[in-house]
Amino acid sequence: MHANVFDRYHDGSSLLHHLAPTVKVVVAVLFILSNALLPDGDWLSFGISWGVILLLNLLAQLGLGFTFKRSFIVLPFTMAAITALFSLPGETLAVWDFGPWHLVATDLGLVRFLSIVVRSWLSVQIAILLVATTQFPDLIHALEHLRLPRMLITVIAFLYRYLFVLTDEVMRLLRARQARSAVLPGQRGGGGILWRAQTAGNMVGQLFVRSYERSDRIFNAMLSRGYQGHIRTFNRHEVIARDWLIMALAIFLFSILQLFAHL
Amino acid sequence: MPPITHTPSQPAIFQELSEDCPVISIDDLSFAYPDGHVALKNLNLTIEQGEKVALVGPNGAGKSTLMLHLNGILKGEGELRVGGLPLKKENLPLIRSLVGLVFQNPDDQLFSPTVFEDVAFGPLHMGLPESEVLARVDEALAQVDMSGFGERLSHHLSTGQKKRIAIATVLSMAPQLLVLDEPSAGLDPRARRGLINLMRDLPVTMLVSTHDLRMADELFPRMVIMDEGQIVADGETSALLKDEALLEKHGLEKP
Amino acid sequence: MLASPTPLHIPDGFLSITVSLLFWVVTIAVLSVAVRRTESVDEKQVPLMGIMAAFIFAAQMINFPVAGGTSGHLLGGALAAIVLGPWAGMLVMTAVIGVQGLLLQDGGLLVMGANLLNMGLLTSAIGFGLYRSTQGRQRKLKLGVAGFAAWLSVMAGALATSLQLWLSGTARLDIVLPAMLGIHAVIGIGETLITVAALAFIFRTRPDLLEQTEGPARGGRGWIVVGALISLAVLILSPLASTDPDGLERVASDLGFLSQGTEAPFKILSNYSFPILGEGALSTIVAGLIGILVVAAIVILITRSRKTQPH
Repeated sequence: MHANVFDRYHDGSSLLHHLAPTVKVVVAVLFILSNALLPDGDWLSFGISWGVILLLNLLAQLGLGFTFKRSFIVLPFTMAAITALFSLPGETLAVWDFGPWHLVATDLGLVRFLSIVVRSWLSVQIAILLVATTQFPDLIHALEHLRLPRMLITVIAFLYRYLFVLTDEVMRLLRARQARSAVLPGQRGGGGILWRAQTAGNMVGQLFVRSYERSDRIFNAMLSRGYQGHIRTFNRHEVIARDWLIMALAIFLFSILQLFAHL
Repeated sequence: MPPITHTPSQPAIFQELSEDCPVISIDDLSFAYPDGHVALKNLNLTIEQGEKVALVGPNGAGKSTLMLHLNGILKGEGELRVGGLPLKKENLPLIRSLVGLVFQNPDDQLFSPTVFEDVAFGPLHMGLPESEVLARVDEALAQVDMSGFGERLSHHLSTGQKKRIAIATVLSMAPQLLVLDEPSAGLDPRARRGLINLMRDLPVTMLVSTHDLRMADELFPRMVIMDEGQIVADGETSALLKDEALLEKHGLEKP
Repeated sequence: MLASPTPLHIPDGFLSITVSLLFWVVTIAVLSVAVRRTESVDEKQVPLMGIMAAFIFAAQMINFPVAGGTSGHLLGGALAAIVLGPWAGMLVMTAVIGVQGLLLQDGGLLVMGANLLNMGLLTSAIGFGLYRSTQGRQRKLKLGVAGFAAWLSVMAGALATSLQLWLSGTARLDIVLPAMLGIHAVIGIGETLITVAALAFIFRTRPDLLEQTEGPARGGRGWIVVGALISLAVLILSPLASTDPDGLERVASDLGFLSQGTEAPFKILSNYSFPILGEGALSTIVAGLIGILVVAAIVILITRSRKTQPH
C-alpha cells in the first residue's frame, strides 16, 4: 500500500472544483447543520437533501453514485445508535431480554434510529464531496480565511506534508517486521502478546526519535530560508461574486428546507 | 548594510559587493557539538565569486557541519565572513538571503504542502512584495526546468523532481552562493545527468559536498578535501584526483 | 489499515445540535489557551508540533496482533502530551483529529468539538497530569504511571463519548456505557503497552528528549491536580454510571439537562424552541440560530484577542 491512499482529491474542472474553498467549507458545514436540525422522521426533507447531494455529484462531474459508494464508512458507528431503538416510549414493535437488559423496541425508537443513520449518511457524503473537489492545501487556506489561529493552520500544513513521508516510513518498518516474522513448521510463531506489543512500541519509539531528528533538519531548512519565528503565506484564494452568490443561494435553500420541515 | 530589495534578473547584491570581496572567507574556524564531539578544527577557506567548488571527504569529516555554518545555523569559534559581512546576529537575515543552503534529503527541504508555497517561502520571508515573490517563483522554477509545477503537491514528485524543486526553493532568494549537500545521492543515472547539466548551467557561485568524484571531475574546477574536521587538501580537481595516495588516505576512491 | 484506532471518532448525525455546539464551545475555549501558551515557547515549536502531529498520525497505523484477528493500536494523546507537554499535546492531537475528520471523514465536522475533547484534550490532560506527578522519580515508576495514564485516557474518551451519545438521545446509557467501557478497557491495554514500550525506547536512545518535558517549562504542578481530578471523575463516574445509570439520569434531569418528553429528549433548548416565540417553526429556527451565534461570537472574540497580540 502506498501512502497516496490518503489523497482524496479527484481532478476536474467543474463548477464545484473552481468554487472558492472557503465557500465550499461553509456550505458543507451548513448542510450538515441543516441535517442535524431536521426533525426525526421527516423523510421528505431528508429525501430533498439527498437530492441536493445527487445534484452536486452531477455538478462535480463525478458520477451520480460517487459519494454514495464511499459513504459506508459510517456504518460501523451505527452500532452505537442501535440502542436508540429501545430508548423512546411508543408503540411496542418487539421485546428482547438479554441478561439484565429488558429491551423494548418501539416505533418512535425505530424512527429515531433511522433518522440518526440517515443524517449521518447524508452528512458524510457532503464531506466526501468537499475533499473530492478541493485539494487539501486549498482546504488549509480556507481554514485560514475562516480565522483559525495561524499556528494551528501551520501545524496542520506540516501534518499534511509529512503524513505521507512518515506513513511511508511506517510501511517500511511494518514490512521489515513482516519480512522477519518467520515461523518454522510445527512451531507456534509470534511470541507472547507482551513481546508483540513491545515490538510495536519499539517501532513507535523509533519513529518518534526519527521524527524528532527530522524536525531539527526541517527547522534548519526553514531558518536558512529566512524563517524568524513567524510563518508568512499568500492569501491566494479570493472570494469572487460568483462564490458569494452560490453561498447566498445555499443559505436560502437550507432556510426554506428548515422552514417547511418545521411548519 | 546594502538594501535587501533587488530583482531576480539583476541581483543587486552582486554589484553592492566590491569585486575583490570573496563570497566566503573563513579564518580559523572551530566547532564542537554540545556532546563534546569536535566537528571542525582551525579551518580556513576562501571562496571567490564565480567559483564552483567540490567539497569531498568521508562521512563524519565535518562537511555538513561546515555547510551549516555558512548561513549561520551553527556558530563556531573563529571568523566567518559572507560577502564581506561578519557572521553576527544582526547580519543573519541578509546572510541567509546571500547563501542558499540545499539540504541532502529533499523531504526535509520541501516542508510545504505545495511546490509553489515552498519556492515562495524564502522570498516571502525576505519581506518582498507579493508581485515580486510571484515573479521569483516563476523564474526559479524555470531555472530548474520545472515551470508549471507550482500547483503540484510535493509528495507526488519523484526524487529527481524533488531535488530540482529543492534547488529552486533557494534560487528564488537570488543567493550569491549556492551550497548543495550531496545533490546526486539517491538519483538514478538519468536524473543524475539532468542534475549535473542543471548545475553546470546555473550562473551562480557553488559549493557542493559530494561523494560523486566523477561528477566533481566533470563540473568543479576546484576541490576541497576534508577529513576529521580539517581541510587536508585544496586545489585543482584534476590534479587532486591523480594523487592516489592522498585519496586513499582520506577514504576516497579514484573515479 | 485506515480504520480508526478506536471506535471513538463520532460521525456527524450522532450528536444533537446542542451537544455538538456545547462541546465546540468547551473545546475552543481550551484550545485558545493552548495556542496562546505554545506560541510563545520558541520558534522551533511550530515545526516540531507539525512533525509530531504527522508522527502520531503515522504511529496510529502501527498495530500488533492481539488475538482472534483483532489488533492493538495507539490513540496517542497521552504519549503526545508526555513527550511534548500538555498544551502542545492538545494542539498536536487537534491537528491529527482535524485532518482525520476533514480529509478521511474519520469523525464528523459539526461534532468535531466533541471528538477533539474526547480524544485530544482529555487524553492529553490525563497523560501529562499523571506523568507530571512522577517528576524526579525512578524511571520504572514513570513508565508505570505513564502506562496507567494511557489506559485511563482511553477510558476517559470512551466515557465522554458515551455520555455525549446519551445526552444527544442517540443511545441508551445503560447499554452504551458498559459496552463502550468494556471494549475500551481492552483497547486501553494496547494503548498502555505501546505507550510504555515507546517511552522505554526513548529513555534508552534519547533520554534528553524526555528530560525536556520535565520542569515547569512545559506545564506546572497545577497539571497534577487537573490530571488527578479528571482521572478521579473517570474512575468514580464509570462504575457508578454503569451500575446505576438511572441515578445519573436523575442527576441530569435535576440539573435541567434532560426533559423527560416523549420525543427528542435530552436537549437544553428543549425541542429547539425559543420560549418567547412559542412552539412554531420560527421559534425552532431562532433557537438554532442563537446556538450558532453564541459559537460564532466566541470564535470571533478569541481571534480578536489573539490579533491584538504582537504578531
